[in-house]
Amino acid sequence: MKRNQAGLVLGAVLLLALQGCSTPVREDAADVPVDERSVGVDPRMVDDGRTGVETGVFIDGEGYFEGRPIAELMEDPESVLSQRIFYFDFDSSELSADQLAALETHARFLIANPNIGVVLEGHTDERGSREYNLALGERRAQTIERLLSLQGVQPEQLQVISFGEERPAALGHHEEAWRLNRRVELLYSGY
Amino acid sequence: MLKRVLLFPLLAGLWLAASQAQARLVIEITGGVEGAMPIAIVPFSGERAYDDPLSEVISANLARSGRFAPLERDALPARPNRAGEIDFSRWRGVGTDHIVIGRTQAQEDGEILVQFQLFDVLRGVQMAGYSLSVPPQRMRRLAHQISDIVYERITGERGAFETRVSYVAVERVEDERMFRLAVADADGHNEQIILSSRQPLMSPSWSPDGRRLAYVSFEEGRSEIYMQDINTGQREKLASHRGINSAPAWSPDGRYLAMTLSRDGRPEIYIMDMRSRELSRITNNPGIDTEPAWAPDGRSLVFTSNRGGRPQIYQQALQGIRPQGSARRVTFEGNYNARARFSPDGKSLAVVHGEGNRFRIAVLELESGHLRLLTDTGHEESPSFAPNGSMIIFASERHHRGVLEAVSVDGRAHQRLGARRGDVREPAWSPFLRQNN
Repeated sequence: MKRNQAGLVLGAVLLLALQGCSTPVREDAADVPVDERSVGVDPRMVDDGRTGVETGVFIDGEGYFEGRPIAELMEDPESVLSQRIFYFDFDSSELSADQLAALETHARFLIANPNIGVVLEGHTDERGSREYNLALGERRAQTIERLLSLQGVQPEQLQVISFGEERPAALGHHEEAWRLNRRVELLYSGY
Repeated sequence: MLKRVLLFPLLAGLWLAASQAQARLVIEITGGVEGAMPIAIVPFSGERAYDDPLSEVISANLARSGRFAPLERDALPARPNRAGEIDFSRWRGVGTDHIVIGRTQAQEDGEILVQFQLFDVLRGVQMAGYSLSVPPQRMRRLAHQISDIVYERITGERGAFETRVSYVAVERVEDERMFRLAVADADGHNEQIILSSRQPLMSPSWSPDGRRLAYVSFEEGRSEIYMQDINTGQREKLASHRGINSAPAWSPDGRYLAMTLSRDGRPEIYIMDMRSRELSRITNNPGIDTEPAWAPDGRSLVFTSNRGGRPQIYQQALQGIRPQGSARRVTFEGNYNARARFSPDGKSLAVVHGEGNRFRIAVLELESGHLRLLTDTGHEESPSFAPNGSMIIFASERHHRGVLEAVSVDGRAHQRLGARRGDVREPAWSPFLRQNN
């Protein structure tokens, strides 16, 4: 994963400045003109006129997450938010432990972006009865909802929908297709 | 409660099609002539003047039931149209037990007069004789009525040929799936699309008068329950609560609709009073409760629940529309039994029985608890009884396409109903369309 060196340096400067200065730096994020290439760091420097120290303001809210524009993160297959599909075992709505870390990233992202909502869309494979699968798909989405809520995501940000087996991601009548279809998809509004 | 009547629902991607579709299901009889009763259906005089010759429709119906083996047309030793023309000894000579003869006659008012008679060949006596007048466009339906009469007189059991089947047809058009809710005659003919949508359609359920269907539509992005008059196209949204709205099931008297709602956070069975639209909750359990079906006497519901870990069928007694006592588990064989439907006599259930990756249709005798597998390919779901209890229609898969199949309850007769294109699934056999006289 690439990291912007300038961002790290400025972040460190900001930390030092906050420790050494009693005046808190306040900025209204909405007023800050942000160059897409600045990767979350306000290019303007603030001179408090007394110490001669320049402090940078780290913008990480509107439009950014962990130093990168959200739109870019959503597109990047390597990014921390790239795993937006979570998989389940047959007739199970429990999330396996190896997928928890990825889900925690989504929780951090949603907590940092309380204005962003996510639809949790539950699905099943084709096996078994359709109405039971509709309920099972909802159970899976509710598992994700519960885990995100436990991390502190606000309920208003989360919406559960189930399609049961009606919208398979993979066609085919074999285990490989079934595995891909037993899933919850995180669909972020606006992305 | 969201309640809305849509008379002209031209919502995005959704329309009602009143016109008769060209499509029809193609029936293929795939097994079950063994032990069937030989019968001769002699071509009716004048029947060739109409699109669907009566004797051909009647023969096909009786053959499909698995109970009869109609003689091939070429094997008929004679073509009598009147009782006096029948030489019973000749018919005994070809080994047939019964013979049906008839004639058609165009009337001055445009209707067709159809007369037919059924004879017992061994005893040489008439078992039934009718004279009926119908407009030409109802000839096919008349053939189903005649089939019902013949079937009932010989077997002693009411025929179910003059019935319909509703199902969901799915077709991939370019890169998009089109979902169609269809209604066809029980023999696959006369298919009409009553709703088309780009979003999934599910779970058609017939009202006991055979005039309306309740079903689930995702047209607004999630599952909601609708009711539609199949003749007028008038639709009404019945349930649109938070969470899932699914699995509608009409009570036998048509006063209530059982359904699954997860408005309180988890899927539970509710009963809606169709007059007041009030809901009463039947189940209250942390697991999944869904797929309700009414007993024919209206005094209990069966449903699927995973409260014991895996999906099994439970039965809940009712007092009116309130639960009476606690639900009782009725399936114990295997670790997946779901989506039960009562036989019309209330004595057995058709269920989806899963074993590993195989899902088959089984019949559970409620009193003995005996479970009998009826199908064997392993891709079967959505069983539905014919209203006379003789056959079960269900969804299956052949060559990676969804097809409908029907099997006689004794497992002997078997047929397949495939669409020309795309997949068909979730069949629901209609109730009888007329009062028995």
